[in-house]
Amino acid sequence: MDQALRGLGEIITLSLPNEVTTAEQINGELCINAHRETIIKVMTFLRDDVNCQFKVLLDVCGVDYPDRDERFDIVYNLLSMTHNQRVRVKIRTHEKTPVPSVVSVFSSANWWERETWDLLGVYFSGHPDLRRILTDYGFEGHPLRKDFPLSGYVEVRYDDEKKRVVYEPVKMAQDFRNFDFMSPWEAMDAPLPGDEKAEDANDTSSEGVS
Amino acid sequence: MAEKHIKNYNLNFGPQHPSAHGVLRLVLELDGEVIERADPHIGLLHRGTEKLIEHKTYSQALPYFDRLDYVSPQCQEHAFVLATEKLLSIKASPRGQYIRVLFSEIGRELNHMFSVCAFAMDLGAMTPMLWACEEREKLMEFCERVSGARLHMAYFRTGGVACDLPDGLADDIAQWCEVFPMVIDDIEMLLTNNRIFKQRTIDIGGLSAEEAMDWGFSGPNLRACGVPWDLRKSQPYDVYETMDFDIPVGKTGDCYDRYLVRIAEMRESLKIIKQCLAEMPKGPVRMENHKITPPSRSDMKNSMESLIHHFKLFTEGYHVPVGETYTAVEAPKGEFGVYIVSDGTNKPYRCKIRPPGFAHLQALEFISNGYMLADVVANIGSLDIVFGEIDR
Repeated sequence: MDQALRGLGEIITLSLPNEVTTAEQINGELCINAHRETIIKVMTFLRDDVNCQFKVLLDVCGVDYPDRDERFDIVYNLLSMTHNQRVRVKIRTHEKTPVPSVVSVFSSANWWERETWDLLGVYFSGHPDLRRILTDYGFEGHPLRKDFPLSGYVEVRYDDEKKRVVYEPVKMAQDFRNFDFMSPWEAMDAPLPGDEKAEDANDTSSEGVS
Repeated sequence: MAEKHIKNYNLNFGPQHPSAHGVLRLVLELDGEVIERADPHIGLLHRGTEKLIEHKTYSQALPYFDRLDYVSPQCQEHAFVLATEKLLSIKASPRGQYIRVLFSEIGRELNHMFSVCAFAMDLGAMTPMLWACEEREKLMEFCERVSGARLHMAYFRTGGVACDLPDGLADDIAQWCEVFPMVIDDIEMLLTNNRIFKQRTIDIGGLSAEEAMDWGFSGPNLRACGVPWDLRKSQPYDVYETMDFDIPVGKTGDCYDRYLVRIAEMRESLKIIKQCLAEMPKGPVRMENHKITPPSRSDMKNSMESLIHHFKLFTEGYHVPVGETYTAVEAPKGEFGVYIVSDGTNKPYRCKIRPPGFAHLQALEFISNGYMLADVVANIGSLDIVFGEIDR
């Protein structure tokens, strides 16, 4: 545990008791979990506070966990050049719940939020110009969601008769193959049914895992 | 006299314009020749890299990083292997670290040579590009000799690099280091004091250090604004800590300063290359943990265990413990970050790529507003835009 990072995490959680839930260290990196509604306040504090000075918003991205109720994690990566520190702010959101846009705090958030909207379909309220950015004009769906197939739904080709590019449903000569690589010896932690040698501790922790 | 209403002129710049540096479609609103609005339409080179990586094992994901910024592929590979090493809590072998730094710096030379000279060509100077391409050819030959590929090396590995330098390569690189400063001098002779080049670049597209940070700038574009920030110094990775080099900074942050910073960085990179060659220790180029790096070919023929390791590594790959990391390197264009979320399987659950050019291009409207149409070309050139990384 890095002492400086723990101190910084404590300062942030103490200064924003209602906005920040926890501060943890993952692989020596400070990660702050915050509430969605107050993200603008958190970001403004991180930018302006003397102990933080996180002046650069490097990145906004999302992670999709389709099994969860609030399925999206929105992750903000910040950098403080004054203190040579990084911090990651995480919030959670539903498919339909908008996240307040932080463009008013960091100008660079503009395109990163557009990208997150485009690829994951997370809506940012108060964004000045929330259009698709990376996908095609007229694209439907949000490709980085876990339920979006790798091959997509449409393919394009140039039609010589119509003299233009046409969109068609995707046709695969071979089905998409996804192999299960989880080794039953090394990676499986759920005990096999009827395994009398399995420890009780394992038994309770794996309840509910299908 | 009756009042005349003059409508602003909308201009589509690109996506096939030679100075759009690839496939940038820029919708410009012009008042006469002055830019009122610049709306970059990107994504014409979007290949879904992040989605593809989610379906590949960690070692299969590596070559995708070459294809992001194809002008300096080595630094992107570096970011990815550092991120996976962090998740696996391992460190590369010392010789592997030196070789990685050596080739990252060769990548920087490749990038700066290309970006400076393509920038000059946008402004009408043809000759530097031809000279730089000759030097790039020599450097890419070094890459070919070590990895078999000139451009997309796929050479770095988790735990080190794929194979050792072939005999004589280190001497040839050292020899090239002696000649290369003269080439930089030649390019500078054509550009640095060139009246036309200075008129086109000085006081064009400048921004202050605060504005640059607000827009998420990094790398040479940020240093041109006078911020002495370089991840190789401030958050050193691999053996950069032991390297002796300086960080050039600019003053005004305009196109000319960005050019000067890049020229100076080429000279600094040369110092690092020389130090790497001089200090490189002997030993294995990869860590010798065969759960993560493949065993040698001869071992495979003689040892059953090695054969199993080899088979497992190239079918299943290695499993990475649950965790997440944001690891960034100082790529030639700026901070190149990789945010990996691992769920304990052999494939990344999420791999977000943070390309530096995305933030730079975003600020194009901000730095071009109120300037002339021709200055947009200078701005794009000086920001060092490559669409492979922006569109991903």
